[in-house]
Amino acid sequence: MDYFKNDLTSLHESLVNKELSAEELTKETFANIKKRDQQIEAFLALNEENALAQAKELDQNGIDRANVLAGIPIAIKDNIVTKGLRTTAASKMLENFDPIYDATVMEKLAAAQMINVGKVNMDEFAMGGSTESSAFKLTKNAWDQTKVPGGSSGGSAAAVASGEVLVALGSDTGGSIRQPAAYNGIVGVKPTYGRVSRYGLIAFASSLDQIGPLTRTVKDNAYVLNAISGHDSRDFTSSSKEVPDFTKGLDGDIKGMRIAVPKEYFDEGVDADVKAAIKDAIKTFESLGATVDEVSLPHSKYGVPVYYIIASSEASSNLQRFDGIRYGFRAQDVKNLEDVYVRSRTEGFGDEVKRRIMLGTFSLSAGTYDAFFKKAAQVRTLICQDFANVFKDYDLILGPTAPTTAYGIGEEIDDPITMYMNDILTIPVNLAGLPGMSLPAGFSNGLPIGMQLIAPQFREDTMYKAGYAFEQATDFHKQVPTIGGQN
Amino acid sequence: MNFETTIGLEVHIEMKTNSKAYSPAPVMYGAEPNTNTNVIDWGYPGVLPQVNKGALEYGMRAALALNCDITRDIHFDRKNYFYPDNPKAYQITQAQTPIGRNGWLEIELEDGTKKRIGIEEMHVEEDAGKNTHNPDGYSYVDLNRQGTPLIEIVSKPDIASPEEAYAYLTRLRQIIQFTGVSDVKMEEGSMRADVNISVRPIGSTKFGTKTEMKNLNSFEHVKKGLEFEAKRQEKVLMSGGQIQQETRRFDEPSGETILMRVKEGKSDYRYFPEPDIPPIHISDEWVKEVKDSIPEMPDVRRKRYVNDWGIPEYDAGVLTQTKEMSDFYEATVAAGADAKLAANWLMGEVSAYLNAQKVELGDTALTPEHLATMIKLIQDETISSKIAKKVFKEIIKNDTEPKAWVEEKGMVQLSDPAKLQPIIDEVLDNNEQSIEDFKNGKDRAVGFLVGNIMKQTHGKANPKVVNQLLMASLKER
Amino acid sequence: MAISANEVKHVASLAKLDVSDAELEKFTGQMDQIINMVQQLNEVDTTDVPVTTTVTDAFDVMREDIAVKGTDRELLMENVPERKDGFIKVPAIIDESEEG
Repeated sequence: MDYFKNDLTSLHESLVNKELSAEELTKETFANIKKRDQQIEAFLALNEENALAQAKELDQNGIDRANVLAGIPIAIKDNIVTKGLRTTAASKMLENFDPIYDATVMEKLAAAQMINVGKVNMDEFAMGGSTESSAFKLTKNAWDQTKVPGGSSGGSAAAVASGEVLVALGSDTGGSIRQPAAYNGIVGVKPTYGRVSRYGLIAFASSLDQIGPLTRTVKDNAYVLNAISGHDSRDFTSSSKEVPDFTKGLDGDIKGMRIAVPKEYFDEGVDADVKAAIKDAIKTFESLGATVDEVSLPHSKYGVPVYYIIASSEASSNLQRFDGIRYGFRAQDVKNLEDVYVRSRTEGFGDEVKRRIMLGTFSLSAGTYDAFFKKAAQVRTLICQDFANVFKDYDLILGPTAPTTAYGIGEEIDDPITMYMNDILTIPVNLAGLPGMSLPAGFSNGLPIGMQLIAPQFREDTMYKAGYAFEQATDFHKQVPTIGGQN
Repeated sequence: MNFETTIGLEVHIEMKTNSKAYSPAPVMYGAEPNTNTNVIDWGYPGVLPQVNKGALEYGMRAALALNCDITRDIHFDRKNYFYPDNPKAYQITQAQTPIGRNGWLEIELEDGTKKRIGIEEMHVEEDAGKNTHNPDGYSYVDLNRQGTPLIEIVSKPDIASPEEAYAYLTRLRQIIQFTGVSDVKMEEGSMRADVNISVRPIGSTKFGTKTEMKNLNSFEHVKKGLEFEAKRQEKVLMSGGQIQQETRRFDEPSGETILMRVKEGKSDYRYFPEPDIPPIHISDEWVKEVKDSIPEMPDVRRKRYVNDWGIPEYDAGVLTQTKEMSDFYEATVAAGADAKLAANWLMGEVSAYLNAQKVELGDTALTPEHLATMIKLIQDETISSKIAKKVFKEIIKNDTEPKAWVEEKGMVQLSDPAKLQPIIDEVLDNNEQSIEDFKNGKDRAVGFLVGNIMKQTHGKANPKVVNQLLMASLKER
Repeated sequence: MAISANEVKHVASLAKLDVSDAELEKFTGQMDQIINMVQQLNEVDTTDVPVTTTVTDAFDVMREDIAVKGTDRELLMENVPERKDGFIKVPAIIDESEEG
């Protein structure tokens, strides 16, 4: 079994025809993870015993022909709580934390009979774009182990891209699924805000966070989103809208589709190779019968500051619960309550998290609230309106996912501004709650380039349809990295 | 120099919903520690709040009863602060869109004057858990109370004296109690008051500097604390000093207020809109529905007692002081008791018993049905009022049906002339001297004869009938 | 400088974080950069622009007032660093709560 040579459909076929048992698949997956992870370092915890037991049970009961996900291993970002399976959010704060309940998406995956093989690395509390702020491991880019895998869902992306698993879940607050997907040459989808329940996702920024799938193909991605979407009474922000079958309509026919390309997405900060790849992609879309026009999203340049204020403000509040009292890290030899708080938090959080907590605390302070939080929330309205205006006339927005390809490990970690600017193309999508997808659109010096598709709220179907058509017309997704001498 | 006082009250009231404000865990008083909690109450990583419709409905009910305007488009806000009994380190409250605004209630002072006190706003929020300090150098946290829905009611600066503050609290408790949203028990903490007070020279247009006292646990303490504090502030100002913005504590034994800490600037709670709860629109229909669900308020009942049942104004006021008493009274009348007699009993014997035993009506065995039965037995002269006192003692202590009990104990009043006449005749036969005395105009003799008849009947003779028969018999002799 | 070291210290104390002198300089510099970036927003006219604090399509979401039994205390206590007799144990609070 080789994940590079399979997709969900072909694996499902093998499982149904009993060429491969779920147990064998799971065992091979673990063997493969152990080998490749020596280089990639994507996994923080393996769920071996439970996964094998679950696989055996599936084999006994027989694989459901109608369920393409049955028996398929999946990796889970470590900010999604898994009952009884260590969940750390890549923070020393939760180094020994064992959740006592399952996130809604875990219940849904279990109902879909997917097999959770383990938890994957990320930036601490999902704050970062390189997975370097993890307290535990430096995950490597699947294509070049001297490069970052992107972030914050760097472990999820690297695990899929390196063929350790076929599917992973990530979370996206400002680009945390799409950017690592781009850096690793895979497909990553951030669904519409409210499409997937956030119950059990360790909150970073509540009004921006969404869980979504990372896969090697568009269709695989659609299958997984089908399984995790839907209203949840435990997440009051989750939508009651009906969930369509996202794999329907993947027929390559996008004639007449109206695609908008914002001119702001081709600013000077964007690499020439990236621009060139996206321009080629535009030609591909036109050749498929879509119309492509240049449009403007005039407020998108304010996305980064707006995002940093809003996300940090919400985070500063969300992360206050980590106080060393009910769970998580408590500093040693504390003398009084103030010590418990200050020392546990000071020793338990890393620098990036502290920086954002402080920025958020500052933005919400009585004297600065109006100039910071309120101002940002107003500009957010204008950013939403920009998108609404474009979507009056267009089905989809297209652009690069990230301004560059993956950068070198250690290159940007100490320069927050440069690092934050990497998210400039993905952030507005979260601010407006839109669905966004990154998919492979080229290479530069052997590193993948990602293209981003953005759809109106709850129109993931359009995004998948267009992504699938592009994928069929190109072969970027067929290229795989060389890992440890094999591919 | 003469001063005027300005008092503000912030009252927190726990609502008796079934479940918590933002989680489905049960709301229950006095359970084992940490047994009525769930992952949401604990602020476990990944949990999200689930707004309780009942809490909003109760909040709205209280707001309407306090004549507030209902805010139609509401959202929740986070108030951020660290404390062990506050697991999320933020409280979900309504800072920007309180459910009620601009309400009022009317207080009545002891001299009978009435005054309207404005209510600035009232909002729905969640209570914290309980933190018990222990001399062992540790605190112990119980999260059972965490998330219990609260309403916070903030008065306008209309309260001008400790007496008015006392009357305001009394009235507020009464109204809230009648709405049925809370038990409003200070001793169980379901009603808690924070007060602030300032004084200024009469005529001054600027308010003085406030001091505050938090979590006062009785109305009496509020009044005494405020009285002391007003005088203290006046003294400071008279001697040329300045009032500091500070938090003080009322010390019961000395009757004084004691400085706890000086406020350095405003606390920074970093309020912002709660992103986990979508905004809520309160529709006209919903407001109407809640309005219709509000039980009859004490003033309305009071008027009804006076107009329909002929109860004196003062008595009607006493009977509507608590919902428990008022409900009991109405049930007694509904069970067939005469309204005036029922009022007399409740305000007389029943109140005296409750005061003496320091209990509430609900703690006794008395039921409206039993009280009504007893009153009917008095009215139809089955028992004398003297016997009634014995019956009352029984039915307030035990769940005893009065009519059956009276019969069983042979306490039924002897009113049948055919049975009484022979006894009277016998007493007269044996007391010739008294007949003589009576005829000579000595009225005392009648009392002596009645006493003898009573003795013969073990106190069961109906005094009215005895009197009639005796007078007739004496005239015949 | 858009933010002073003292302000950073104050913010850190609100957030219950301790910042050493060496870190203070670094954090102040970095926060200053971020705050300068944020100043860009001042060029946007937001007169009468409403705030956006959520982008959910859900509204008027409420739960009926039905109680569900609490979670097993032992389970809830599993991650508690210190406990006693069903309580969560915490080193003494020196200052009284600001809260009521």
